[in-house]
Amino acid sequence: MPLTVGPLTDLVEAPTLERVLHESLRRGGDFAEIFAEDCSSSSIFLDDSKVEELSSGRDRGAGIRVVVGETTGFAHTADLSEKGLLTAAEAAAAVAREGGAGVREAPLLRKAPEPRQVTTYPSTVPKSAKVNLLLLADDTARSAGGAIVQVSAGYGDSRRRILVANSDGLLASDDRVRTRLFVTCVASGDGGLQTGSHSLAYTLGFEMFDDHPVEEVAKQAARRAITKLDARPAPSGVLPVVLKSGTGGIIFHEACGHGLEADHILKDSSVYTGRLGQVVASRGVTLVDDGSLGPNWGSLAIDDEGRPTQRNVLIQDGVLTDYMWDYLRARKEGRTSSGNGRRQSYQDLPMVRMTNTFLLAGDEDPDEIVSQTPHGVYVAQLGGGQVNTATGDFVFGMTEAYLIEDGRITEPLRNANLIGNGPDVLSKIDAIGDDFEMWPGTCGKDGQNVSVGCGQPTLRVTGITIGGTASA
Amino acid sequence: MPELLGLARRVAERATVGEEVEVYVARGRETSIRAFEGAIEQLTAAESAGVGVRVISAGRQGFSYVGELDEFAALEALREARDNATFATVDKHAGLASPDGVEPPVLDLWRQELVSFPTDDKVALALDLERRVRAGDPRIRQVVSADYLDGLGEEAIATSRGIEVTSRSTGCYLFVQAVAGDGDDTQTGFGYSVGRAPVDLDIDAAAVDAVDRATRLLGAKKARSAKVTAVLDRRVTATLLGILSSTLSGEEVAKGRSLFTGRMGEQVGIHELTLIDDPTNPLAYGASQHDAEGLACRCNSLIEGGELRGFLYNTYAGRLAGTSSTGSAVRGGFRTTPGVGARALSLQPGRHDQAEIIAEVGEGFLVQSITGVHSGVNPVSGDFSVGAEGLMIRGGELAEPVREVTIASTIQRMLQHIVAVGSDVEWLPGAATGVTLAIDDIAMSGS
Repeated sequence: MPLTVGPLTDLVEAPTLERVLHESLRRGGDFAEIFAEDCSSSSIFLDDSKVEELSSGRDRGAGIRVVVGETTGFAHTADLSEKGLLTAAEAAAAVAREGGAGVREAPLLRKAPEPRQVTTYPSTVPKSAKVNLLLLADDTARSAGGAIVQVSAGYGDSRRRILVANSDGLLASDDRVRTRLFVTCVASGDGGLQTGSHSLAYTLGFEMFDDHPVEEVAKQAARRAITKLDARPAPSGVLPVVLKSGTGGIIFHEACGHGLEADHILKDSSVYTGRLGQVVASRGVTLVDDGSLGPNWGSLAIDDEGRPTQRNVLIQDGVLTDYMWDYLRARKEGRTSSGNGRRQSYQDLPMVRMTNTFLLAGDEDPDEIVSQTPHGVYVAQLGGGQVNTATGDFVFGMTEAYLIEDGRITEPLRNANLIGNGPDVLSKIDAIGDDFEMWPGTCGKDGQNVSVGCGQPTLRVTGITIGGTASA
Repeated sequence: MPELLGLARRVAERATVGEEVEVYVARGRETSIRAFEGAIEQLTAAESAGVGVRVISAGRQGFSYVGELDEFAALEALREARDNATFATVDKHAGLASPDGVEPPVLDLWRQELVSFPTDDKVALALDLERRVRAGDPRIRQVVSADYLDGLGEEAIATSRGIEVTSRSTGCYLFVQAVAGDGDDTQTGFGYSVGRAPVDLDIDAAAVDAVDRATRLLGAKKARSAKVTAVLDRRVTATLLGILSSTLSGEEVAKGRSLFTGRMGEQVGIHELTLIDDPTNPLAYGASQHDAEGLACRCNSLIEGGELRGFLYNTYAGRLAGTSSTGSAVRGGFRTTPGVGARALSLQPGRHDQAEIIAEVGEGFLVQSITGVHSGVNPVSGDFSVGAEGLMIRGGELAEPVREVTIASTIQRMLQHIVAVGSDVEWLPGAATGVTLAIDDIAMSGS
């Protein structure tokens, strides 16, 4: 059967892919897959008002996995020649039992959505233009006031061309361009040093800066650092918390996102195992994971197993409707993948990962949510979190927060972590705003980092433990 | 390894007049095996290699890397690094390390027996680890992962300033995550063992640790908010030392981004607090002959008797601060330029083990593990707030388990409020040793 040649078969030619897949299953096995990639990236770092370093690099290689029953063998190589791939295939197939050859009859058929359209590939932009962005960020942040004593800023872009071929006949490719920029400021005052940061990151090319001026990023970072100079210690104890739209999405990423990944579910190491169809959150809470949503940081045309990304509703109006799936976990349950199989690079095995995970907006006025909170904490920026999926306990850190007194946002608070239990916190959401914002982040799991998006409207949790040092 | 150094040298020799070139070449081989329900779930065999090239020309630095050992590709990286350098700001402190005459320690970090250790034996270790944890206690409900991991690493550095070094090391690990259950209650614990060769691995200790840590938390409840004396378990202390090391980076200090900026010579902790970074100690898993710029590793004193005595520097940070490198350049592989970091931090041990410290403290909170370090600890302001679980200490003995609380203070305060350093030093994977550490006046937030 003739092959439809995709744009990326220049990475590895289709007949080679066919032969390597065939060889992978020669000693037995149920499934074989080749994941090839060619990734070019560049970064620039400015610190202490100096462009300290420009760095660039290229990684090319392929990872091959062979699945035999419940066992996966995996090997990778930086050698994309047929000889290199066959050596890796042999290593991956070493887990296969000696004996009858596996099935490898399906011809490769290309099927994948078009990669996201990029207007300006960062590789076509002069390095001097990228350097100028950082110099502008430094200038802007320092002009925010004499309290700003240090500024660092980073720019990064990457173009990752991937190709996936497997023994089910799938041949798919993607061309992922991502661009990011961050600014971190240090402010100095009587009470010591404080930091503020802000970042910008999209699955876009250099055109990202058309809609998102660098000055805004720098101003936000500087404002945060300066604001916190007057901050008092955060309270210690349980209080109502209002989370501003955007970074607050981390709460869903940690409180339930990880716990809804099918690998945790199938190993019974999630508090959400066996809870499909049950109420797991307050009414009005609808949680979605969608890797196809616009140019967000967690967007992909296909996942790293070649499956097109899609909109997956995980919680509908408080009721748990589905988990997130990759190829292996879906196969085990006799269903299809939800497009959540991701890996950091060709050197890693795919596993179930989030893409863009967000809570849909409600109908309340964000200002009224604050004004109807007599005493509590308003969190304007969260800086990350961590969860134990088996117990559901999770933490997340606030990097810009204020006290709410008599329904008004008042004094700034120093950084602290908040701690809660996923199902408990989800049932304590009692107000959901009509605004919405997404936020880019990096999610680490089992040693692999991938880019993700989080999002939510302004919302209130009736009580959560705030890990400060002052009396609540 | 001669071929790694040969490649590094051939590229570094391309340096033109007035240009400095550093070539870092690394090659590694790793195996990882995960057992699940009596079978092998994953077996990964991987080799990776690459070259990182740093160029400094007229005070401007550029860097480029390539993920293969091909000489043509390495020369391409050199060309790209040169181009990158032209866009950097002129910095009079930029420069490669100069040989400083310090003799590197003699360390043997390579175990040939690991190289020839059969895959079947590795598989057997992973399976045995899982079996032992499942059999360890009837309340063990699940073993999420039982892993055997090993790695061989070789590296070479050659520079146009005359540095030529090579080094190699081996390492292997067992790591296991257990879930214990009792009725509706679920708790987790992990255990590990680390060594340079399989003979160093203590499979029983890893299994017992995971079982004990998971089961002893069963029945844990959120505690009431209170000021407590926190007794940090050895692993938690190692994490804390890791945070502390970023505040002791000479680069961060010189750039005004550390809570220790301008405090050299001050009494920053109690008199019993002495902290060193000693990568020349062969017991440390971070031990190394050379730093990431090819200078000899050496023992650096950071805090002595509570007094701030030193910071860690690579070549750039040393020049920035008007001093010289302390041999503390580190890099995360061939894809990055050298930064500053500790390799083998340790506190001077005290006289009592954990049980004696618990008895001495009387009332407090034994912190078994912490979470949210990256989101809750700020090495610039010193704010410290992390999630914690562990056991209350009552009447000098371990009492009820506690979960879903935070512990908070500031790093500055914590160093002044240490009440005991343990005698129970344990060499852990990573850049710090573990030792029990008791700190009072910690805010525990719960219900």
